[in-house]
Order: sequence, then C-alpha cells, then structure tokens
Amino acid sequence: MHSICFQATGVPRSNYIFDSCSPALAISKPINLRFCGLRKEAFGFSGLTHSSSGRVRFSSRGHSKKVSASAESNGSPPKSFDYDLIIIGAGVGGHGAALHAVEKGLKSAIIEGDVVGGTCVNRGCVPSKALLAVSGKMRELQSEHHMKALGLQVSAAGYDRQGVADHANNLASKIRSNLTNSMKALGVDILTGVGTIVGPQKVKYGKVGFPDNIVTAKNIIIATGSVPFVPKGIEVDGKTVITSDHALKLESVPDWIAIVGSGYIGLEFSDVYTALGSEVTFIEALDQLMPGFDPEIGKLAQRVLINPRKIDYHTGVFATKITPAKDGKPVIIELIDAKTKEPKDTLEVDAALIATGRAPFTNGLGLENVNVVTQRGFVPVDERMRVIDTNGNLVPHLYCIGDANGKMMLAHAASAQGISVVEQVTGRDHVLNHLSIPAACFTHPEISMVGLTEPQAREKAQKEGFEVGVAKTSFKANTKALAENEGEGLAKLIYRPDNGEILGVHIFGLHAADLIHEASNAIALGTRIQDIKFAVHAHPTLSEVLDELFKSAKVKAAALSHGPVSEPVAV
Amino acid sequence: MQTQLGSAVFPRLLRRSLSYIPSILYSLHWLLNLFHFFRFLSNSSPQSQKHKEMASPFLSNTIISFSSSLSSSSSLPRLAPSIPFSAIRSKSTPRRILTVRSKIREIFMPALSSTMTEGKIVSWVKSEGDVLSKGESVVVVESDKADMDVETFYDGILAAIVVGEGETALVGAAIGVLAETEDEIAEAKAKAASKSGASTPSAPPPAPTPAAASTPAPPKSTPAPAAPTVAEGPRKTVATPYAKKLAKQHKVDIESVVGTGPYGRITPEDIEAAAGLSPSKKNVGLAVVVETKPAAPAKAPAASAAPSSLPPPVPGSTVVPFTTMQSAVSKNMVESLSVPTFRVGYPVTTDALDALYEKVKPKGVTMTALLAKAAAMALAQHPVVNSSCKDGKSFTYNSNINIAVAVAINGGLITPVLQDADKLDLYLLSQKWKELVEKARAKQLQPQEYNSGTFTLSNLGMFGVDRFDAILPPGQGAIMAVGASKPTVVADADGFFSVKNKMLVNVTADHRIIYGADLAAFLQTFSKIVENAESLTL
Repeated sequence: MHSICFQATGVPRSNYIFDSCSPALAISKPINLRFCGLRKEAFGFSGLTHSSSGRVRFSSRGHSKKVSASAESNGSPPKSFDYDLIIIGAGVGGHGAALHAVEKGLKSAIIEGDVVGGTCVNRGCVPSKALLAVSGKMRELQSEHHMKALGLQVSAAGYDRQGVADHANNLASKIRSNLTNSMKALGVDILTGVGTIVGPQKVKYGKVGFPDNIVTAKNIIIATGSVPFVPKGIEVDGKTVITSDHALKLESVPDWIAIVGSGYIGLEFSDVYTALGSEVTFIEALDQLMPGFDPEIGKLAQRVLINPRKIDYHTGVFATKITPAKDGKPVIIELIDAKTKEPKDTLEVDAALIATGRAPFTNGLGLENVNVVTQRGFVPVDERMRVIDTNGNLVPHLYCIGDANGKMMLAHAASAQGISVVEQVTGRDHVLNHLSIPAACFTHPEISMVGLTEPQAREKAQKEGFEVGVAKTSFKANTKALAENEGEGLAKLIYRPDNGEILGVHIFGLHAADLIHEASNAIALGTRIQDIKFAVHAHPTLSEVLDELFKSAKVKAAALSHGPVSEPVAV
Repeated sequence: MQTQLGSAVFPRLLRRSLSYIPSILYSLHWLLNLFHFFRFLSNSSPQSQKHKEMASPFLSNTIISFSSSLSSSSSLPRLAPSIPFSAIRSKSTPRRILTVRSKIREIFMPALSSTMTEGKIVSWVKSEGDVLSKGESVVVVESDKADMDVETFYDGILAAIVVGEGETALVGAAIGVLAETEDEIAEAKAKAASKSGASTPSAPPPAPTPAAASTPAPPKSTPAPAAPTVAEGPRKTVATPYAKKLAKQHKVDIESVVGTGPYGRITPEDIEAAAGLSPSKKNVGLAVVVETKPAAPAKAPAASAAPSSLPPPVPGSTVVPFTTMQSAVSKNMVESLSVPTFRVGYPVTTDALDALYEKVKPKGVTMTALLAKAAAMALAQHPVVNSSCKDGKSFTYNSNINIAVAVAINGGLITPVLQDADKLDLYLLSQKWKELVEKARAKQLQPQEYNSGTFTLSNLGMFGVDRFDAILPPGQGAIMAVGASKPTVVADADGFFSVKNKMLVNVTADHRIIYGADLAAFLQTFSKIVENAESLTL
C-alpha cells in the first residue's frame, strides 16, 4: 500500500508525448510521413545508447538450471514458469505494472538494460520539472511588475548554471533510487540486461559479452519506451545540436537557440531557456504553433507563452539540414516550405534543440520470434494492450504498454496501461479509457487537458448526432489566483448538454496540471456535470475555477431528472 | 573615460550651479579643477604615481534596466494620464486644408495602469470603415495587467488601423485614426500612412551613425550623413528574435542596423542603440543587473531638458554608441540628479599613512586597501554615513560596511566591492582587492561583487588631481573623492612653518539623510585614523 502511494505521489507526471501519436491530439500527417522513412537513423542512434549501458547484475533465484532445460524446448511454451509476470523495461510503465502485480500476488521480474526509471525519470519529465521549477522562480523574480504589484523588491536575480543542472540531476537520481527501492522492497526481481523475446512466454536477457539467461513467465509485458526522434539531415553533436537528453543536462545556456518542434517538449524547453536568458526561435512543420492543443487554449497560450517572450517562430517549414557549430561558424539550419518543399530560409543560431517527438524503442526485442511486425516501430496492440501478430491474431500472454505501443505517449498512461494488463491477467477484464488520461505541459503558467478538444468533440457530435456545449471560466475571477497576482488563465469545459457528460476539459493557468484531475477523475468514473457541480470546494482555492466551470455548464432539465442528485443528509 | 566625463558631468555641474545658488562658486571651482584634470590627462604628466589603481568619480555600481527612452518618446507616458479614457486626441487638420473643417482624431494607446508603458493590441473589435458611435468598444488592449476594451468617446468612422493585432505600441502612440465623416476617410488614411510609414524617419538614420538618435536629430539643414564607412557585403541580415521584436516595436528598419553580436548578428542592444534607448537587457547572471530604483520624480524634466540645449553636431564628427556599460553609467548619472547632494571637503595629513604604506607595500598592501580600511573604520563610528535613503521617507541603516571602489576598465567603469571592509584585516583586504580587480578585468564579477556597496571610494590621486567632485551613485548615502597627497607648507599656531603631506578628500552625500555635521564628524574621524595610520594594521 505504501508503495502504491509512493507511485501516485512520487513520480511526476509525464509531459512527454509524441505529438502525432496520441488519440487526444491532432494527428499531423507530415511528421508521420517523414517519420516512416527515418526509423533507421533513430534506431541507430538509440542502439548505441542502449548497448553502452547496463551495470549491476542481479542474479535471480534458482533459474540457472532451468536455462538449459528451457533452451532445449525452445519454440513451445514451457509447462512451469519462473515467473508469473516479466516486464521488459523498468520505466514508469513497467514500474507501475510491477507494483500492481505484486499487490495482486504475482511473482514478478523486471528486465532493464539501462538504468531503472526509463525516459521519464532519467531523461524526461522528472529532470525537466527540476529545470522548470527553476525557470518558474526566475521568471517571478525577474518580473518587476509582478513583484512590485505584490510589494516586493528583489534585486539582481541571477543563477548558477551548474547549480541548476545539479538540481535536475539530483532529482533524477533520487527518484530513480526511490523507484528501485520500492520494487526491491516488494520483492520484484530486477534482471539486468537487454531483454529479448525468444518464443512464447520466454525471454532471454543479458549484458553484451556475457552469456544470456533465459527465463520463462506466464505473461510478458513489453514496456521498452522510446527515444528522441531525430529527423534525417539533422546532425546531433550533443553540444550545439542537441536532443532533450542533452538539454536536460543543461551543459550550456546558449544566447540563441532554435527549437525544432513546438509540442510539449519544445514548449517546456522554451520556458526554461527564455527564463535563463536565451532567445528562442521555434521551427514548426505545421501551420500553427502548439498543434494538438485545443485551438482556443493554444491561442491564449501563444499570447502568454510566446508573444511577450524573446521568442520568434517559423511555421509551415521543415528543417532539412542542421549543421552543428564548428570551424568558427554558428549552427546552420536550412528550412524548406512544408508544402512546396522549396528552400525557404537559412537560420544561423548558437544551438538547436531537436524536439520533433519520440520514436518507439522496440528494435532487437525479438518480436519476429512471435511473428509480430512493428508498425513504424510501434508494437501493434488491441484496446487491452494485447500484442497483435502479422496475421491480425492476438499473441497469447504477450502485452505491450507505454511509448512502445504509441497509444498515448505519456508516463502515467504507460503505468495505467500496465495496471490494466495486470488486472486482466489476474482474472478481471479491464479496458483503460484513454480519454480519461490527463496530459499536462509544465510551462509558466501550465497547460493541462483531458478528453476531447472542441473540434474533436464537434466532429464526434456530428457523427453521433448530439449537441456540444462549451463553458469557460477565467482565472481572473478566482480569488486565489488574484492573490497570487496570476489571473491570466482560462478553463474550458466541453460537454453534452443533453446528458451532462464531460467530453473534455482544458485548462491554461496557474497550477493547471494539478487542477485537471477533478475533471479526469470525473471522466474516468463517469460522473456527470449535474452531480459534480454539487461537490464542495474549499474557498479560496484554485480548484474553484473548476467549480465555477461545472456550475456554469447548462445541462438540460431532462438530464437532471434521471441523474439522481443526492439529497443532503442531516447527520 | 573622457567621453563619460564630457557627457555626464558638465550638464550636471551646470545644472547644479543653477539650482544651488549658494554653491555656485564652489561648483565653478570644481569645474575649473576638472579642466585641470583634463590637462593632466592630455599632458600625461602624472606627478605622484603612488596610488596604484585607476579610478574615476563616475560610477556604475548598479546598472538599471530602463525601458523608456530618454529622448522625446519618454514624454509620452507622462502625457497619457492627462487624457481621459477615451484614448482619442483630436488634432486640428494641417493648415493647408483649413477651409475644410474636418475632424480627424487619432486613437492612441491608453495607459490602462500606472505601470503600463506599452500595450499590445489583442484584437480590433471594429475594422477599417466601420461606423463607431460613442461608448462602443473599438479595440481590446492587453496591458501588463489585463485585457481591456477601449471605447470611443466620439462618433465617427474608423478610417485606418495603424497598429495591427498582436503588435505593441508605446502608451500614447497612435494606434488608429478616426474620421468624422466619410469624406475625411481618404485624408485620415493618408495621415495613418504617414504615421506608420513616416515614423521610421524619426527613428535613427541609417547604419554608420546609429546613435544619432540619442542626441535628437537636429533640424535637417545638414545634408545626409557621411557616406558609409564600411562597405557591407551582400550578407543576409541575421537578427535575434528579441531584436526583431524590438525593431518592430520601435519601428527601426532592421536592414539599416549594423549587428555587433556574434557572427555579426543584430542583437537587442543594437536595436536599442539604433532606437536611442538605454539598454533594457536583463540578461541574468551577467553583468547586467536590475536593482530597485530610488524614487526619482525629478528624472524626466532633467532628461528632456538636457538634450534640447545641445547644439547640432559639428559636421564631420563621428558618433560612437555607448556600450552596455557606458549606457549604464549614463543612466545612473542622470538618475543621480534626483538626489539632493552636497559636498564637504577635508584636508588630511598623510605622513603617517605614507610611512605605513612604504612599510606594508612589500606585503602586497595597496593604497586602495589602506584607504578602504580607513574609510570603513570611520564609517563604523558614523553609521549614518553608511546608510542610504531608498524611498525618501526613511533611513536604511546597512548592517555591513561594504566599500565600493571605482575602477576604470576597458572604456567603462565598475565598482568592485570590498565587503565587510571594517572587519577584514588589511592583508586580507588587499588580497581580496587583487582578486576583485582580476575578476573585473575578466568580466567575471558576480552581481553581489559590484552592486552591494554601501559607500564608495574614488581615487584620482595617481594623476596628480588634488581635489575633485564625485557624483553620488544612486542607492548609496555617500561617496568619497580622494585627491593626490602633496607636500604642503603648513603654519602652526605658533607661526612655525613645516612641510607636511596633505591630501584633500571630498565627500558627496545625500542630504536627505546625511547632514553637514554628520559628514564633518565622519571626516574628522577619518582624518584621525589616517593620521594615526598604525591603527589600520590592527
């Protein structure tokens, strides 16, 4: 129980997502197309990272003698198993699954070829939150108007780059050791090495240059995650042309950095870099910045997060070639028009951050041994995360969760999918509602969302023939937000007036990422507006923004009659 | 250093001599001394080179970012509050068309809050050609605080939009033009065109003389500026995102700006220089630091008064824009005018100090350290001289005695700070000073190492300057100007003559908190400490 609590509170939520892969986000065709042709480069890069890693070797109890036995009968499922569940990949998804498996009484092991924690903890949401915490404070201290309005005087806000970098690194180590300890404490075996599926219910693992071990399990979950995706023509040198992996180490703060891609990752880094004094140029393939956000939220976010800052942008362009700074030349970025493919511009900047999304890390998994072919690197799965083979049949006892299946590339989505799989293998059917999974972007102020955007809702409404209602509230009317002098913000509710169903909630404003859960829980539990509007919120809190939002929705009277509103009970 | 003297001091001295009649003679006296100082510099015949470090009285211990310019545009924010909400000012039409009694009004950026200096057009509620009636919302403006609908107080037709959606304009700048009748639309449009287009000429002349705008352009009697000195290749203009933003905002033609940044790119500072603004760059962690400004109500008149008295530049003169550091000096100097200062001079006998200096010099002790130590010890006994007046209403007594020492560096000025100078012993202090000077040369001073001073020391004695007048840096209570120590014939009470080394020190102080008697007592203590120099080594 304790560890479950830890998981809920100790692991910050992911903000990392591959823009084109989430059902909640608009799919961007151009990126997909380019992505297909570029898989090799992306994997070549990632393979390197993978093989160079792997450290401590844990030997798991008494499986050595079974190695030979099971090796003989390669191809047919074994009769007895070393484990009830083996998870390949100890990221947030694998960790969530392992913890839930232990709770359900399954004997579990987790195979990790790199460090425990995966992308989120080591190279993603966790260290980036540390940098964003710094950038948020810098922003506040630098905002003279803001400080003056609060009656504060601050002089000479400055920062020490190494100190900031250390903070991010320390946070990652801390969360990593928490994660490792929580699994060890519960008796999850941590097997070190690259995991490969060798047949049904059979996995081999081992470090490069060491003999492989083969273990068997009733059920196998693939949770190998993803790596930064680098389009063709871009030469990453790790110094002046970098990915989020490098940027999170904050080895330098360039005067001027181009960020390729204006999704979550790009947006968060623009927040960090501008707060630390850099100027930023966004390069976005689509015609508008921040694709995937609700358009209204995106517009407001652009007004607050882009326009007043030292940021400019080029939209509708591809960066076809990026050359790192060398021989006394700056970083050179060649842009072509996304539609006409005509050369459009050449930029000279001090550094470039490639934030074009993430590519699944599924190479070398041995999927061919179970007749599975990846699609653009993603492992095909059904709605229950069961892996589908080339003939469209389900592969028994094999599941894939997280970034590797590409359903929703968020750490907490992976964890939720893992828990869903464990529920299924322990005899309770479970289908995860991805529309109830919130997402957040930790800029200042934050952006968060759950469910459908307004255009998606309207499209669905047209198909299914229902009406869509939209309600909005402003942070300007919220006492707590005004007390913080952070009145900039908007919450938006998309709902069905006929039955009070919540279709989507989008928030832009102070602590939006923390506020979204009231809405995501309501969607997950099927709570209707006519019921939730009677829930009481402490005053004065930011949560009243959502309270106001639910209260301002206009649910038709017909819905109210069968939605039983609980009468107050005197106690 | 000479350029700073020229630009910062003379207007100030002139102004002082006008405003403080009793001190007129005094000021003239200093003025004369300054000329002497120049002579000394040009003759390069320093007499007593005993003081090691270069220094000057014009300090930049804080570099304050400042967004509104000192040129004519700074009068705009002041203009705005006097005009009510309507944000529309009528302008009688030019003389040429006097016969037509048309009313064309400008819609200008209103001041929506006391802190607002510029606003952004969120959206135009009305579009060009729309008929407006009194009280209708015309445009939504985003200030530093909130979005607000701006209404018209006049009926009319929105003839032209000067500042489009998403663009920013300074408070008071025209953002649109309102015509009263349809007949006037064409004329109003022409006017709008001249507003948006013609405002560029008022911005700086092209490349070679980008700083010309900082001394407002003289009447265009002189022909076009001298031909470009450097032939520019067909290179593409590269400007940083913020530089582009600033250029748009201040209507600076980016093609006419010469970039001084890495790889010849145009930086925000280049645009600010071209637009005649003082730099507002808040680059964290670097030598540019934002500090609280003392209340400075008298700043604006001073700023506008100074340039108007300047004669047009002599033909053929070259204009060199300020560096960031020089701009900061300039800004601080102008800001210092808001503080009522006065000066008290004191002759100090330095025979004991000179003897001590000879003794400790081999141990690495510098004259700066000796003087800083002496000043700090005196300050410890006179805390009021170490205090400062932040708000015009109170004394701020500083808990530490931090002696800032002015150092001339690469055409600029910086004031490394010897923190807790009263507590450190002489040797530690000297060592600390050596480190600070090295850091200052390498431009590696941390903000607290140059802006935490509570008292400033400036020494021009090494040039043979016998006395001079230092300007009080904003945020401090007093500054001491130290002249050269010279053998002087002294007559004592009994009529005996002797020759003693005498050094004139002159302290400038903020009279709101430090009065004549305070300063006199402080100087007396300082003099005693110097005359019994052995105490400095304790």
